[in-house]
Amino acid sequence: MEQNGYSNERLDATFAALADPTRRAILARLASGEASVLELAEPFAMTQPAVSKHLKVLERAGLISRAIDAQRRPRRLEARPLRDAARWLERYRKFWEKSFERLDDLLEEMKAGEFKSGETHIKEKKHARGMREKGNRHE
Amino acid sequence: MPVECEKKGIVMNKSADLKVEARGEREIVMTRTFNAPRELVFEAFTRPDLLKRWLYGPDDWSLPVCEVDLRVGGRYRYLWRCGKDGQEMGAGGVYREIVPSERIVATEKFDDPWYAGEAVISFAFTEQGGKTVLTQTLTYESREARDTVVKSGMEVGLGRSYDRLEEVLSHQ
Repeated sequence: MEQNGYSNERLDATFAALADPTRRAILARLASGEASVLELAEPFAMTQPAVSKHLKVLERAGLISRAIDAQRRPRRLEARPLRDAARWLERYRKFWEKSFERLDDLLEEMKAGEFKSGETHIKEKKHARGMREKGNRHE
Repeated sequence: MPVECEKKGIVMNKSADLKVEARGEREIVMTRTFNAPRELVFEAFTRPDLLKRWLYGPDDWSLPVCEVDLRVGGRYRYLWRCGKDGQEMGAGGVYREIVPSERIVATEKFDDPWYAGEAVISFAFTEQGGKTVLTQTLTYESREARDTVVKSGMEVGLGRSYDRLEEVLSHQ
């Protein structure tokens, strides 16, 4: 958690910021390069103040920052922490779901293979090693 | 995100779906039903040769390192690898309690944790009519750590935002 500088409040703000489709679109736009408020307002057919409001939310969440350019004050995406977090999250959520689906298939195979607990007489095609050792480990 | 339910030979009904919920201050509870007696499920959860066949999440990942010293005080160590980009993810811990076919309790720590402290993971296997209900409980050291994980996209819907965002970010 400290590694990517994510406090709990920050996470709250991040999720709130991401919940809005316009803000996600703004992030998508910024992903292809920094842009001024005016440039950001254009594709969304929004007033500048309306876009500024969204930008404020994104900025509070640490998802974007302002470049030091007094006139344009272009916004840029702060991708790294978010990308790290997003990778983790996505992985974790899907991990067990995908794994359990595979386990369903394995269990069917085990059931068909006259499996006996402890003695391990499962008929396996490719994974026949490590069975003896397993008996010892259980003791 | 809805699970792909079309699986050959197996009816994936509602009861087979993974349920995830926060409980109390520090816990996340997952439940899942398997169409097999619990002796088999227990074996599949504790034998490295079997674990390597299913415990690796996305299809392009694998579990090349899987060490299990199945006794109280014994250690386990998992190392996952992505076949696409060689990325690795490791986790391990120590067994605290083992009741064959019924219950496993162990500590869990990822090499690269995204929450504070160490978690305790428990697997309880109960059998009902030839089916096994797995209750998997993760207990975190603090409410903050638990909430971080809960907010971390285990809730359906948030995952979708992240999917999209991930798409966006991958084009950077």
